[in-house]
Amino acid sequence: MNNDISIYVEGLTKRFGDFTAVRDVSFEVKKGEIFGFLGANGAGKSTTIRMLIGILEPTSGYAIVGGYNIIENVEMVKQSIGYMSQRFSLYEDLTAKENLNFYGGIYGLDEKELKNRVSWAVEAADLSDKEDVLAGELAGGWKQRLALSCALLHKPKIVFLDEPTSGVDPISRRNFWNLIQSITDEGVTVFVTTHYLEEAEYCNSLAFIHNGEIITKGTPSALKKNVIKRKVFEIESQEPDKLIDCFKAEEFVDDISILGLKVHIIPNREDINKDYISGFLKNKSLEFKKIDEIEPSLEDVFIELIKLKRENV
Amino acid sequence: MHRLAAIILKEFNQIKRDKRTLLLLIFFPAFLLLIFGYAIDFDVKNVEIGVLDLDNSKESREFIEKFTLYDHFILKYHLNTFKEIDYYLDSGLATLCIVIPEDFSDELKQGDNVSIQIIIDGTNSNVGMTVLGNLRAYITDYSNNLSANALKKVGIHKEPVPVELIPRVWYNQELKSAKFLIPGLIGFIMMIVCVITTALSIVREKERFTIEQISVSPIRPHELIIGKTFPYMIISLITMILIIILGIILFDVTIKGNLIYLFVTSLVFIIGALGLGMMISAITDSQQVAFMVSIIVTMLPSIILSGFIFPLNSMPKIIQFISYIVPLRYYLVILRSIILKGSGLISFWDQLIYLTIFSSIMIIVSSIKLKKIL
Ligand SMILES: Nc1ncnc2c1ncn2[C@@H]1O[C@H](COP(=O)(O)OP(=O)(O)OP(=O)(O)O)[C@@H](O)[C@H]1O
Ligand SMILES: [Mg+2]
Repeated sequence: MNNDISIYVEGLTKRFGDFTAVRDVSFEVKKGEIFGFLGANGAGKSTTIRMLIGILEPTSGYAIVGGYNIIENVEMVKQSIGYMSQRFSLYEDLTAKENLNFYGGIYGLDEKELKNRVSWAVEAADLSDKEDVLAGELAGGWKQRLALSCALLHKPKIVFLDEPTSGVDPISRRNFWNLIQSITDEGVTVFVTTHYLEEAEYCNSLAFIHNGEIITKGTPSALKKNVIKRKVFEIESQEPDKLIDCFKAEEFVDDISILGLKVHIIPNREDINKDYISGFLKNKSLEFKKIDEIEPSLEDVFIELIKLKRENV
Repeated sequence: MHRLAAIILKEFNQIKRDKRTLLLLIFFPAFLLLIFGYAIDFDVKNVEIGVLDLDNSKESREFIEKFTLYDHFILKYHLNTFKEIDYYLDSGLATLCIVIPEDFSDELKQGDNVSIQIIIDGTNSNVGMTVLGNLRAYITDYSNNLSANALKKVGIHKEPVPVELIPRVWYNQELKSAKFLIPGLIGFIMMIVCVITTALSIVREKERFTIEQISVSPIRPHELIIGKTFPYMIISLITMILIIILGIILFDVTIKGNLIYLFVTSLVFIIGALGLGMMISAITDSQQVAFMVSIIVTMLPSIILSGFIFPLNSMPKIIQFISYIVPLRYYLVILRSIILKGSGLISFWDQLIYLTIFSSIMIIVSSIKLKKIL
């Protein structure tokens, strides 16, 4: 197998009774990259991660994680990975430091190493004045960084982060992503799930999972180019609802979505440009601030993908 | 080793933080001890009695007078008619009435058998049984003395043989006193404390999903199991010492036997109870359910089916049979032997073997069950 590959997944499937949570999933993750695993609630993200970290046995298929087969060599897989579960599994009745000592301890770090790593973690997670605060009393952002550093104490080559930013405020989220980027600089591979699509922009590579199946994968820019071949326009207006009502009736508009005061439309003809739309709106005497042709967001990509999927069925 | 130490340390840190449970662990045993020791005092004293003396002779008065020498009885009412017996018993003024027949002194003088009639308020069967026992002891004592006196008069000097007397007195003063309850209480409390704390500590990890974080670490299941149960083993031992100290202070308990025996046999029992706690934690998913299951599995059988309060040999065969799966049954015999009788291995080795078998099965089966969820 290629030396640059950190995680190799082939035909991974998990069934719970009649229900198939993950179906025939295959992908590769390169060393040192941030791999984003995207999907809506119940898509099968956690189930896939749980198989890759060796706590859930696949129904069929296999994966190589950090050079070890997840079925035949679970113990070695466990030693080489870090995992932060969707629920920040911290002990709320232990202090930040006690949590770190415990998680370092169960990975078998000796006293000296543990001390080094704990002080590294305290530094990295910005916890220096909160070492003795109970984890349950920490605010969301700190809790989340503490959970991440607990998963990194034993210097894993790969970390799996399951929705690490859910329920955390935007500023903490940005700090968190900075932390993630700094660990990939040290050569750690990051496998992260999220349903905040704007966060997917931080990833080097993405895979979309929908109803247990991977519907597309690639780099963020390639996905934007390949999935959405048409132009996307963003119109800012004080009355986005009126705009939407109007566009809905027009045959030249294929897709409409709304983000606050911004309306995105995807026209179905190549010749439509800013001037055309602005003329159209003025003609209907509808208010708008400005019109831009924009690069489609990953949100647009995801919506388009699901639409295509539905049409195919 | 680092991994095991990490778990033990973490567990102690959590116990230390959980003030409520810690207080409970200390006060619950003390509370139970007081309840069982004082409120449910099986040693029935100061029973108020009424006497209907139809004979009214020197002998009958002597017989009645001797009652008051025992602190079990207080001679409260002298009755004149049978009607009054009904009244005093029904109203609860007296627990017991004695009727001395008209020919009491005559028959006694002739050396014939004398019957006296005793009517007991049987509403509280425990009290009733005890009173009857005390009464028998008294009467046996009385008649033995009487026959000894008779023999003396004839010129043969022989001590009365108190064969009948001794087991009765033993039964009353030992079997049903608070002192006798202490060993049972130790076992009972340890059973509850051990099972509940162990079950909850593991289920809590499931409930808060920390178990998932532990299972992705390279920790081995046996390290986790030992690490999680060891602290509770220590706590259970401390609980036991606490109850014994309270027993010594409040109820003059003395440990007649060997402390090493006590320690070792208790350890075997505790391991079995920990195993039971683990088993419960493996099959339940919430602390609430685990708590309820623990209570049901420990409380009831330990009270009813272990011989703790109700003697097993007076129960139906089928129930006696069921009692063989109640570990407290074996531990109780051992505890009573060591604490009350001060006897050695010879008197309880068989019970120890049963207990060891129970604990081994428990710990093995529950480890296997628990490994599956780790
Ligand atoms: N142990 C299980 N038994 C039965 N069904 C399960 C089990 N675990 C997960 N599922 C089902 O599998 C599907 C995928 O679940 P999964 O947790 O992987 O979704 P997810 O993508 O992580 O969603 P979320 O964003 O909500 O975390 C869901 O429909 C879920 O109900
Ligand atoms: Mg999930």
